[in-house]
Parts: sequence; C-alpha cells; structure tokens
Amino acid sequence: MAEFYHSVTLNEEKCVGCTNCIKRCPTEAIRVRGGKAVIASERCIDCGECIRICPHHAKRARHSHLSQLSDFTYTIALPAPALYGQFNNLDDIDYVLTGLKEMGFDHVFEVSRAAELVSEATRKLMDSGALKRPVISSACPAVVRLIRVRFPDLCDHVLPLKSPMETAAAMAKKEAQEKTGLPPEQIGCFFITPCPAKVTDIKMPLGIEKSMVDGAIAISEVFPELSHKMDHLEKVEPLSVSGIIGVGWSTSGGEAAALLNEKYLAADGIENVIRVLEEIEDERIGELDFIELNACAGGCVGGVLCVENPYVAKARIQRLRKYLPVSQNHLKGGPVPKVMEWEEDLEFSNVLTLSSDLKEAMQMMLKIDEIEQEFPGLDCGACGAPTCRAFAEDVVKGICKDTECIFVYRKRMKKVASTLSELEKSMGRFSVEELDPKEEKE
Amino acid sequence: MSMLHLTYQVPGDDFTRAGEASGDVKHKLKKLGYEPDAVRRVAIAMYEGEINMVIHAGGGEAVVDIDPDRVDILLQDHGPGIADVDQAMQAGWSTAPDNVRALGFGAGMGLPNMKKYTDEMTIDSVVGEGTAVRMTVFPGRKEEGR
Repeated sequence: MAEFYHSVTLNEEKCVGCTNCIKRCPTEAIRVRGGKAVIASERCIDCGECIRICPHHAKRARHSHLSQLSDFTYTIALPAPALYGQFNNLDDIDYVLTGLKEMGFDHVFEVSRAAELVSEATRKLMDSGALKRPVISSACPAVVRLIRVRFPDLCDHVLPLKSPMETAAAMAKKEAQEKTGLPPEQIGCFFITPCPAKVTDIKMPLGIEKSMVDGAIAISEVFPELSHKMDHLEKVEPLSVSGIIGVGWSTSGGEAAALLNEKYLAADGIENVIRVLEEIEDERIGELDFIELNACAGGCVGGVLCVENPYVAKARIQRLRKYLPVSQNHLKGGPVPKVMEWEEDLEFSNVLTLSSDLKEAMQMMLKIDEIEQEFPGLDCGACGAPTCRAFAEDVVKGICKDTECIFVYRKRMKKVASTLSELEKSMGRFSVEELDPKEEKE
Repeated sequence: MSMLHLTYQVPGDDFTRAGEASGDVKHKLKKLGYEPDAVRRVAIAMYEGEINMVIHAGGGEAVVDIDPDRVDILLQDHGPGIADVDQAMQAGWSTAPDNVRALGFGAGMGLPNMKKYTDEMTIDSVVGEGTAVRMTVFPGRKEEGR
C-alpha cells in the first residue's frame, strides 16, 4: 500500500512539542521533530489515544460533516449504538432516530440491527468449526490494524466478517434503492461515529475492497443539534428495530455475550488489548473460543468522538436495553450469506521491523544495543522519541543524530571542554611572545 | 559465534516477573522480521522453560543465540534437578506445588510443549546440581504433530 489515509491528524499551530502523545502511542508512531509532533503514517492505527491525551488539543480527527448531506439526493444516517448512551433520561431509542431525521437525514438505519445479524453469523461460523480458535473479533478497526502491524501470527484468528457498520450500509442502500428507484451513487450512507478508527476504516478498509459507507460524522458533531431536536419533537416515529444484543455492541463485552457461549473474554483499553494479544500469541490463554477486544476503555462508548463519560454512557445503555427483546433481526436459514464475509484475508504488514533483510536487521540490532548503552535510560522523551530504545533505533536508521539526546550532547560538550582546557594547560608552557611574532616588535 | 547473543537472569523469587525474558526475545525477533511461525515457537517454548525454572529451580539463566537460520536457547538452573527425565517428558506429569497449580500452572505440559514447539531439544540434569535445557528452532521447519 503506497498511500495512507488517516483520520488522526495534527494541528501544528497548537502543538507545543511536548512528550504526551509520543509516550502514549501503542505503535510508537509519533516523534517530535523540529518542535512539532510527526505521525508516521505506516505505523498509525488511528486508535485516537493521542487525541485523548493531548493537553493542547493539537491532535484531531478528520471526519465528514453535516454539510456533505447535500452531495446526495437521498441520505441515510447509520447511528452507532454508542450514540444512544449520550443522552440523559433516554428511555426510547425512537427519540434519537426521529431526531436524526429532523436534522435532515431522509432515513435512519440502526447499526445495531446489522450487529444482531453479525452476531448470528458469528455463532454460525463458530459452530461450523471453520475458524481458528480463539476467534478474535474484527469489529474494532484499531484492534485489527494493531494485529496487522504487531501480531503477524494472529492475523488468521481474526473473525472474517464485515463489521456491523458495513453490513448496515449494504442493507440500507439496497433498501433505499428499492424504495426510491435512485442509483446507489445518489444515496448517501453516513455513519454516526464514536471514533476516528471508523473514519479511516471507511477510507481504507481492511478485509474488503471498498466501503459502502459514504462518510462518517462524529457523535460530538451531531450531539448539540440532535439533543436540541430531540427536546422539541412533535411526534416520535416508531423506527427502532433493535434488541438487547444489537444495542449491547456499544459496550465492552456486548459482542461476546451475544455469542451465547460462556467461553469468551472481553478486554478493553489499548494496553489491556495488547497484553491479551501477547498472551494469545504465547498460547497462554487456553480454552477460550472468542476474544472481544476494544481499543477504547469501556468499548465504543469510550471512543474519543463521544461526548459522555464512557461509564455513564454504559449505565444508560444498560437501562435502555432492559425492556427490549433479545434480538429483532435474524438471518434466513442456511449458511452465512457471502455478502457478510470478508472479501480478502488480513495480511501482516511488517512496518515495525528494522529491515526486510534479516542479516541487515541483525546488524542494525547490534548497533542499536551498542548505541543504547550511551543513553541514560530515562526515557525522558526530550529527543522526541518515546524511549531511549526507540531513539537508538531512529539513530541507526539514520533518521536523527545521537547528539539530539541532551545527555549525550552534554557528555560530548564536557569532553570538548576538557580537551580545550588540557590544550590550554599544555600551551601554557610556551610564552605568548613565542607564539605571536607581532608581540616581539613591541 | 552467533550474530546476536542475549543473556537474561531469571529471578526465582518473583513469580510475577516470569515471562519477561521470553517476552523480550519475542519482541526482538519480531523487530528483526524473523519468520512469524519461528517467533511463535521460540516464544512459547522459552516461556514454558522460563516458568519451569521459576517454579522448580528458584530461577536461573537464559542464554539465547540468534542467527538468520537458527535460534538456540539454553536454560540453565541450579535447582534440584530432574530424577527421571523420561517421566518428566510425559504429558500430565508434574511435581508443581499446589500454590502454583492454583495459578493455572503445573499441568504437566511444560516439557512436552517445549519439545513439540522446538526442532531440537536436549535435557542435561543432575539431581542436586541443576538442569540445562537446550532448544533449537529452525525457521521454516515444522514442528512435529502440526
């Protein structure tokens, strides 16, 4: 892949070149160069951790805007179920869906509907025995991208099913085509997203060639207008067709619980996700059939584009789910429809390796070990790299000079100073006159 | 002389640190772009061996030699030694204490797994003196039973 699209980008004006984001990044993709953060495209997984941590709000997520609705004749909102957790005292999803229509969408198709179908398809595929255990969820795009760059041996454990968002878009578009008679390019599907990883997943999907989703608008962008509209609804349309299973996908553990098989684990928060992946790789986690992983703490309700505290949102969703049927969407009998499956395998992307040539990589590692000895091991980040080790790697790769480490610099300066003073002392044995012939004349 | 020579002290008194040495080796092999299947086999076999040293021998030393065509692992301890190596190699045989079993270890699969995931393995053990386990993984070669 030559070009990369990323939702997560930097606002240079606001960046002060501090060390917060470089330390937080799970793939060590950020360096501070020339006083500003620089994101290495090939390494970034769009998890949004840097957006969350930046105290200067210099990191932001690119996403679509409501103004883009006018590009299409007919528009459909695809709300992530995490949206439902953003409103206080909500006891009916129809308020949210009607509110979205009031904002200008012609139609609404809940992603939780497709989630129920994905849950059923997952159950079918797991029962068929065709999947390598433990099966790892593919719903969180940041996790799939993390596996792709850091866990080569786990790529074939990832559930080869399209995300609920994709399946929802495909269903919504087909339905709208039949209803309106419009060609697909005049029908715009907009995902209402809790996170930047989904924005990237639309532009550069994995597992499929092209996304059916036309844009993703941040929950934080629709929230002010939507909550206002919801407060002033004249009539609430009966639009929601979701059950406990679909809505539950918004919080950590929801997708796994929907498999109706207790041999699962659900981990959330990027460090926890990494720890679990390491253990699966070492075969230290046995006897589990399914692993649900969410990059954000709490699951999708913890996405950086949400407005509400994830734990508050989770509590609200629990309340909202209480009187819903278990599931309102079901597959027709038979095998899993081909359109729900991935079109291509997930392939390892070796962007973190030192060199494509093993011998050269080994020489580089020896050099890194050697150079690292010179650094203080404080991982202070003043050089712009997250750790002394990462900095040593950058030096060996020729990206920067070792004197960018203030400790190395100081040591060198002291050496130069002491050499100079040595020189001065040894020169003291001569008289000034001897050295400068002009002095003699005077 | 191998291209990359790594040594680790595996502490015997802190169970929570078991797995750090094998974790570092795994991380380094990935950085090198080593063949993924070989990385996995080294990581699993060395982790099992490292845990064994902590459970049974009060720690020890791990020496790892990495070359493009092979990874050699030596796990050397000064523990009680293994009285009957053949018996210890049987799946399900374990002398692990109950407190360790309570953590999910001691299922008697350590040594059999190490043998399964590596291409060569030898055990030299003297009762009362200690044990040396030597394992080799050749990238591209398949382990038995896969």
